[in-house]
Amino acid sequence: MRTLKKLLAVALMTTAIAPATMVGAAFAAKTSLIMGMVLEPPHLDPTAGAPAAIDEVVYANVFEGLTRIGSKGEVLPGLAESWDISEDGKTYTFKLRTGVKYHDGSAFDAEDVKFSLDRARAEGSTNAQKALFAGIDSVTVKDASTVEVQLKSPAGNFLFNMGWGDAVIVAPETADGNKANPVGTGPFKFGSWVKGATLNLVKNDDYWGTPVALEKATFRFISDPAAALSAMLAGDVDAFANFPAPETIPQLRADPRFNVVIGSTEGETILSTNNTKPPFNDVRVRQAIAHAIDRQAIIDGAMFGLGTPIGTHFAPHHPAYVDLVGQYPLDLEGAKKLLADAGYPNGFKATLKLPPPSYARRGGEIVASQLRKIGIELEIIPVEWGVWVPEVFKAKDYDLTIVSHTEPMDIGIYARDDYYFNYNSDAFKATITKLNETTGEADRYALMAEAQKIITNDAVNGFMFQLAKAGVWNAKINGLWENSPVQANDLTGVSWSD
Amino acid sequence: MSAFLKTALRNKSFATGFVITCVVVLMAAISFVWTPYDVTDLDIGSKLKAPGWAHWFGTDHFGRDIFSMIMVGARNSIAVALVAVIIGVGFGVPLGCWAAARGGLLDEALMRGNDVIFAFPALLSAVMITAVFGPGAINAIIAIGIFNIPVFARLARGAALSLWPRDFIMAARAAGKTKTRITIEHIVPNMANLLIVQATIAFALGIIQEAGLAYVGLGTQPPLPSWGKMLNEAQTMMSFAPHMAIIPGLAIVITVLGLNLLGDGLRDVLDPRLTRKRD
Repeated sequence: MRTLKKLLAVALMTTAIAPATMVGAAFAAKTSLIMGMVLEPPHLDPTAGAPAAIDEVVYANVFEGLTRIGSKGEVLPGLAESWDISEDGKTYTFKLRTGVKYHDGSAFDAEDVKFSLDRARAEGSTNAQKALFAGIDSVTVKDASTVEVQLKSPAGNFLFNMGWGDAVIVAPETADGNKANPVGTGPFKFGSWVKGATLNLVKNDDYWGTPVALEKATFRFISDPAAALSAMLAGDVDAFANFPAPETIPQLRADPRFNVVIGSTEGETILSTNNTKPPFNDVRVRQAIAHAIDRQAIIDGAMFGLGTPIGTHFAPHHPAYVDLVGQYPLDLEGAKKLLADAGYPNGFKATLKLPPPSYARRGGEIVASQLRKIGIELEIIPVEWGVWVPEVFKAKDYDLTIVSHTEPMDIGIYARDDYYFNYNSDAFKATITKLNETTGEADRYALMAEAQKIITNDAVNGFMFQLAKAGVWNAKINGLWENSPVQANDLTGVSWSD
Repeated sequence: MSAFLKTALRNKSFATGFVITCVVVLMAAISFVWTPYDVTDLDIGSKLKAPGWAHWFGTDHFGRDIFSMIMVGARNSIAVALVAVIIGVGFGVPLGCWAAARGGLLDEALMRGNDVIFAFPALLSAVMITAVFGPGAINAIIAIGIFNIPVFARLARGAALSLWPRDFIMAARAAGKTKTRITIEHIVPNMANLLIVQATIAFALGIIQEAGLAYVGLGTQPPLPSWGKMLNEAQTMMSFAPHMAIIPGLAIVITVLGLNLLGDGLRDVLDPRLTRKRD
């Protein structure tokens, strides 16, 4: 009897305490976030690799540049608190923030800026976007907090370029180790990385700017769309900046636990074409393909309606965008005639290599069925990114492929000499050179329009659609980006609302 | 043959399995000459239609007719499973008979070799083979076929070993026939029943394995449909288009069930002792 009483007392006490602790827990807002990502970065140095996944983990979170790009694509002060541009547009003087420390405790100063920019534009640099730095003539340290950048010619988008993940500032002592152990100046420090599963960032208590609300941010890598859906529904991840299964968006939208935000990306999704490989070296063949592609069917079939048709390699939400969707209307007879003129009256066979995302795999099946109607038989070859990058992107061993180019303002890639499209147009190169030297907005827009028209006239690639950003996150999360003007998951403004 | 069928059809398992298998094979055969719709023709406008009169089994996310896809998919499943069984029988039976006839070290070596293949989970090794040689129906056939070899080798060896001491074999040996001739003329015909039953079971397993490989993207490649691939594509659409998952799932279940019933029935029919015991 006595033990029973004791037990009863203990039971009463615990029931009295339990609700109190539970209430306490419920009122304190969460300070950790689990962000789902489809692709895992190969390493964590944004200055030494093209994969978007690197920037999507470290940009603005771990590493910062002189400027930073805001959620609407605007240029904001970063490690440079202000800057002056000379009359001739060729000299930029950056005033740097003081009291900034790297995660290893060392101080940030002008020497680091000079080191980072010189390293990126050096002869043997492994920077994936060397073009961003090509216009720099010299970088001079004026004093510990002032840097002067001299350009070869005025560059209208220089400040925007300095906000890219590829232009972040690193310290000379730690630069070589950033791939495995990134040391930056950002509000989050690198925590741990379980390859193939998760990556943790932890709050940097010594951050120079506004402290972040999150104590811990975890990135979980889930490549399978079906697994992404179950992880989201089960609450195993709190957010997906770009949800990989567009067909499930209505289901997620109907669920009050989630906030679904459809925004824009800089991702021009294109049927990349090997422009030097016969028969694709004939502009008539490429134009025939353009006439045979039904963009709306691809958007509806592959993306369940998410996406905007494009007629050139330019983001439709950009003010300089020219709508060229109508230049090659769906016209199977016209396409067949073009093929016949090019010497392929009965069509031909080619391969279509498809990386894993559904826009490519599903889009590819639709493109193959559309091109079959004009006699082009495509053999579909699904490839993993680990194969796609060396084989298609680097070795240019492909006929056709589908990929989304998510870098902002990247029409300049068509002017590159050794890019995987193998496109070579002197007129286009001249236009881009002129664009890079022009600073007036109206003049720049006119040149951008001209560039868009040249690649559409040459039908360099099959221009399909602008990738939408299907953001899905817990309805209690604030501060995630609606659009992605740069490749980033900027968590600096993220907080939970309870 | 018709006399055999007459007796066999009295067995319920055999009859059910036989009918189901015939329907599936017939569907696959018809798909060569006719399908309600072209399976490589995507019609995005009529995507995700529920089963109805125009599309008996509905349409998928590309607007393809699922009934047509099931028909063509049956063809792929059967082709892959059948060739895989042929590989298994073609290599496994001679190996098993050889091991039984020679005995000794050769027997040991062959059987331990079989054990090595057996030690790998079949599907995992099939993934490995297709990963090395690239995905596709041909490699799927080879991958599945290789794992049928030890199954048939063991069966043939066991059966042959029990036959060798029998009197009629002794008689044949006494008459001066070579081991090879005895194997071909006496051993193999006497184990045919066992082999037929095992082949039916291996065939059913082959269908499941083909679907499994196609599900992970290593089997039949687009634009040709395959049951496993259809299941994979249906995953994220189950909440609003359940027919996309249910129909290929049922196709696999029914086909495999039919083959298993057929195998069970065959065993009963071909082994008179077993049938009597059951009565």
